[in-house]
Amino acid sequence: MSVDRRAFLGAAGLCALAVTGTRSLEALAGTGRPETAPQGRRVPRWGMVVDLRRCLQADGCTDCIAACERAHNVPRLPSRAHEVKWIWREPYERAFAQRGSGYADEALRGKLVPVLCNHCDNPPCVRVCPVKATWKREDGIVMMDWHRCIGCRYCMAACPYGARSFNWLDPRPRVKEVNPDFPTRTRGVVEKCNFCEERLAQGRGPACVEACRERALAFGDLRDPGSQVREQLRSRHAMRRKPELGTEPSVYYRA
Amino acid sequence: MPDRAFGGGGRYWAWLGVLATLIVAGALAYQRQLALGLGITGLSRDVTWGLYIAQFTFLVGVAASAVVVVLPYYLHDYRVFGRITILGECLAVSAVAMCLLFVFVDMGQPARALNVLLYPTPSSIMFWDMLVLAGYLGLNAVIARATLAAEHRGVPPPRWLGPVIVLSIPWAVSIHTVTAFLYSGLPGRHLWLTALLAPRFLASAFASGPALLILLAMLLRRLTGFDVGREALQKLGLIVAYTMTVNVFFVLVELFTVFYSQAPEAIDHFEFLFLGLEGQAGLVPWMWASVILAVLSLGLLLTPRLRRDMRLLAAACAMVFASLWMDKGLGLIVGGFVPSPLGEVTGYVPTLPEVAIALAIWAVGSLLASVLFKVVVAVRGEPGGPDSHSRSVRAPVEA
Repeated sequence: MSVDRRAFLGAAGLCALAVTGTRSLEALAGTGRPETAPQGRRVPRWGMVVDLRRCLQADGCTDCIAACERAHNVPRLPSRAHEVKWIWREPYERAFAQRGSGYADEALRGKLVPVLCNHCDNPPCVRVCPVKATWKREDGIVMMDWHRCIGCRYCMAACPYGARSFNWLDPRPRVKEVNPDFPTRTRGVVEKCNFCEERLAQGRGPACVEACRERALAFGDLRDPGSQVREQLRSRHAMRRKPELGTEPSVYYRA
Repeated sequence: MPDRAFGGGGRYWAWLGVLATLIVAGALAYQRQLALGLGITGLSRDVTWGLYIAQFTFLVGVAASAVVVVLPYYLHDYRVFGRITILGECLAVSAVAMCLLFVFVDMGQPARALNVLLYPTPSSIMFWDMLVLAGYLGLNAVIARATLAAEHRGVPPPRWLGPVIVLSIPWAVSIHTVTAFLYSGLPGRHLWLTALLAPRFLASAFASGPALLILLAMLLRRLTGFDVGREALQKLGLIVAYTMTVNVFFVLVELFTVFYSQAPEAIDHFEFLFLGLEGQAGLVPWMWASVILAVLSLGLLLTPRLRRDMRLLAAACAMVFASLWMDKGLGLIVGGFVPSPLGEVTGYVPTLPEVAIALAIWAVGSLLASVLFKVVVAVRGEPGGPDSHSRSVRAPVEA
């Protein structure tokens, strides 16, 4: 052994300082995690591709929404003001640009398209949360901790996609059929789509993707050039919501 | 010295009784909100912040405005502000207390309030806002207490107070700047996404706060005979004239950028506020009333002959305060949420419990201010006390 204990401790200390230093700088800037985990294990970047052509074939289909609500105990509230939404439908003009694209998108105008949390690469909601109740995982999923959330709703003000809901009232009596495998929420906390991380952990795809009979939703690893989602993005023009804001959504829409 | 708060006439106690009643009513409404959730407010999925957070924003301005009297008095040794400065500091303490209460009642999970300290998050502006507000509360409480205690004993204020006072000056600017950053750093909220928001916040704060201070000082003279002096009120009136002018100028600059560029995102918000959008026009009379009051007050303030008339100065100050309260205490916050990022136009009207809770917090602030002013008046009025300009508290900082 040529390294004596003092030198080793010194080097270890410097390393620790460097790690914590960059970590706190990262925290200050609110930047994300590196692309690969320290062990060199390749981490997927989960993403979704919505095929609008297929989705709109069966106009009025809401299987994805029903499956999501069943899986996650999403409450149904009667008033629009108090609605809780994970995946829902918006008129095309609202989902994309408030004023549409002139005559170019005639076929899509007025059509209802599915929208959900975009699990952004650079999520403003994570940046603003004062208690780290929402954070971004290595695989890109933006998570919510319902036990830490203080209900300040700053994340809702920051989300440019209206993807977050607040439990204005007690949601529990408003869940039709409680799924015992997933937690219910309490009033006063924010919630949203979690890309079915509990199903991904079991090696299954998201509930909405599974429920879609038209196969309009595709889910997979955006970092893998051979994945189905990458294949779909290669084959036809796709768009993301509000790209000008720099949030880098990981939900794509094939026109 | 604090025992001075308890000696008071029937009118003083009757006033405290009125405030206590309002506080009890608000506490009952808050109990209901705790039991049922924030669903009892007029807030919604689209308009997630309303009366509470808007009042918080407005009152941060009132608190920050103490700098307008602190700076000339301590930094430039402007003796005319001798008596009004301590009132300004006490008003700042009450205003910050109200701010913290308004944030607290807006929380969905108030029992978890300490999470903000348990998981400090430097990337969140809310974290910094909490820090600067708590710091400002501490600074003003310490400064007001130390100066009054010194006066009480008839000695000059302690030497260590000098640097504390100097620190409080940039700190006052920081509380409103950071509060503006809460809003102006959010993508997709186009009414707020402007670098002019922080300067606008400061200009409106330095108008509304001193306007309130002038009114309170006039009221105090009528009720207790404690006179801050005509010159002080006139000088403060001149400051209100300048800051209100700058504030209106800032608003016009903003309007030019938004309407001349014709970029639709920001226009929509102004249309909602001033013309109504998709049938939602609840705030339109409110915002126009704010504009009319602003214009009328400027007319009074910018005409020296009118401003020198104490009655008209009072009227102008009331108009400035009301105008800015209407704009910042509701319009600016609600207007930022409508239309929503998805283009939804949702109305917002505060509900009765919401108004009761807000009134109760104002009552807490008024109670605090009344008690603090009472102590100030009592200490200053002591026989042999320092109640003369020549012997007023010596400025610890020599300009």
